[in-house]
Amino acid sequence: MGGSFVARRLGQAAITIVAIILINFVLFRLMPGSPERVILRGTPNVTPERIEALRERWGLNDPVFPDQLVAYITSTLTGDLGYSFIARGQTVVDVLAQRIWPTILLFGLGEMVAIALGLALGAYSGWRRGGPIDYLGNSVSLILYSTPYFLLGMGFLLVFASSIKWLPTFGMLTAGRVYGSPFEFLADLGAHLVLPLATVSLGLVGQYAIVMRSSIIETLSEDYVNTARAMGLSEGRILRHHALPNALLPTVTLIAINLGYVIAGAITVEVVFNWPGLGTLTVQALTARDYPVLQGVFLLLSVAVVLANLVADLVYGVLDPRVRT
Amino acid sequence: MTAVRDRELPRQAVPGAPLLEVTDLRTYFSLDGATVRAVDGVSFRLEQGEALGIAGESGCGKTTTALSLVRLLPPNARIEEGSVRLYGIDLVEKSPNALRRYRWREISIVFQGAMNALNPVNTVGDQIAEPIIERLGLDRKAALQRAGELLELVGIPRKRADAFPHELSGGMRQRAMIAMALACDPAIVIGDEPTTALDVMVQAQILELLERLRRDLGLSLILITHDLSVIAETCDRVMVMYAGRVAEEGPVGEVFARPKHPYTQKLLAAFPNIHADRRTLEVIPGSPPDLRDPPPGCRFAPRCQFAMDVCRTDVPPEVTFGDGVRVACHLYPQGSDGVPITTPPDANGTPP
Repeated sequence: MGGSFVARRLGQAAITIVAIILINFVLFRLMPGSPERVILRGTPNVTPERIEALRERWGLNDPVFPDQLVAYITSTLTGDLGYSFIARGQTVVDVLAQRIWPTILLFGLGEMVAIALGLALGAYSGWRRGGPIDYLGNSVSLILYSTPYFLLGMGFLLVFASSIKWLPTFGMLTAGRVYGSPFEFLADLGAHLVLPLATVSLGLVGQYAIVMRSSIIETLSEDYVNTARAMGLSEGRILRHHALPNALLPTVTLIAINLGYVIAGAITVEVVFNWPGLGTLTVQALTARDYPVLQGVFLLLSVAVVLANLVADLVYGVLDPRVRT
Repeated sequence: MTAVRDRELPRQAVPGAPLLEVTDLRTYFSLDGATVRAVDGVSFRLEQGEALGIAGESGCGKTTTALSLVRLLPPNARIEEGSVRLYGIDLVEKSPNALRRYRWREISIVFQGAMNALNPVNTVGDQIAEPIIERLGLDRKAALQRAGELLELVGIPRKRADAFPHELSGGMRQRAMIAMALACDPAIVIGDEPTTALDVMVQAQILELLERLRRDLGLSLILITHDLSVIAETCDRVMVMYAGRVAEEGPVGEVFARPKHPYTQKLLAAFPNIHADRRTLEVIPGSPPDLRDPPPGCRFAPRCQFAMDVCRTDVPPEVTFGDGVRVACHLYPQGSDGVPITTPPDANGTPP
């Protein structure tokens, strides 16, 4: 992979992130309400002088351009995203830092499970096209693909919370529990993780399986697969060395593009299971008009999507020599 | 070139048997419940070091015939009858796994349009080395070394082994494909329209290359093409196929100079000749029969200006004449000595 290819992709990602920062700035200047009213909500004896003093101190009386923009960019670049309006005394970075790990845990694992299961199921179905696994897998995939996250999650809740109480359905850990050992902690976390993880993975697995299946079917009819057959290679080797590497290419793009939707889905899954991640944080911040936190969440998620696409581009470059130049 | 192995015959080879003998091969396709008789009773022989050209229009079964040899057929095709004897070993009888051992080691194929025939994500060197590693059991280093030698043999610098297919020109890719076909030192190389997608200059170079390899390596070649000039230049014998059957087969010189079968005559007349007057080319009226329900007698009869009553009812037997030409036409019955028994009734074409 050429250095210029990597450099160009990095440059593109950097430009996108700059654009995100600018949009993030403009978007919140356009939103209704004003910060001083939110922060002073419920405080007795708010005089116009106090409001004015606060506006002055926060630089809200300065012109939006260039003063506020410059201040915003400088702070953002130095990692200062301001203070949360609601969680008093906590910086946005603190709030995000607490909430990002549950989301990474849930969706990182969810994506991995979905990619492994979906690609394996899709590849096998396509390879044994028309076989029993293909019929079953394809129908199940279609059903899963067309089921929204919240429906899947609520289904799990109904079954596991009301009918059979096997698994916890609320939160990430049992509230107030004291752990005797790290294993107890992991067991508790694992039990809480099962249902939301299943929701996330199953929601994605159908889509990945369907795309992988059609991709492998298409690849298997390619001339170079026929060449490999003519060479007398075994079916297994043809699948592993010729069909799969080529069939993976469209799925890499799909998974990267999908990441934005996965994050949108995160909000619903996390809310359904009350998972203390960025999704529930977004809803809380939105209902409380905690703009600095929202701004922080937006920035974080957008940058995550850009980085995921960058990784996908680089992976694609490794897999397909044709895009490297 | 250093030989990877001695050309030692497969264990089951029958002593004295010809290199390849195809007898009454019938390959049928099932298509929407109907049976398409794509290859319907084809027989031919290929001797060591010989080049056989298979000619005919699209859909006449020439590619299906060649791919049937190593059963490289789509899932809806099956060999209904006949035998394919390589060194006397019937490949039709072999299980898929047993047959695999003959692919590439004994019979390899140069496919047309090498762009898609090469895997886009592997280097050319790796692709040539793959059958050497997988089929001959050489280690990677030795296989890559041999891949380099093969590339040089076909006129590609050794260092281009690291190139991906998209980095090579069409002609280079076809050369690489040929190098690949030679990787296991096969007894027979089938060229399936190997020059079709190339421009004329490159076509000539590729044909020259095939010619040279055949001479130097003693290859036996089956060349499938609709381009008669390619066969004239490259092959010893030509087999003209029509609608799944052999119309005429024999030495290139004989068949091209004195075509016997009316279809061969028409086919040659329909081919542009640089030495002839500028004139409109002859066309063969009508179109090939529907192979789901072919005519009961001679399949060319509906388009043949010489057609007699017997042509429409009886399949013409294949008769071999003294000049080594085999013809399946009622005009040339056994003992006719290669002279047609009748002249055209309407006499508006050239007499055969």
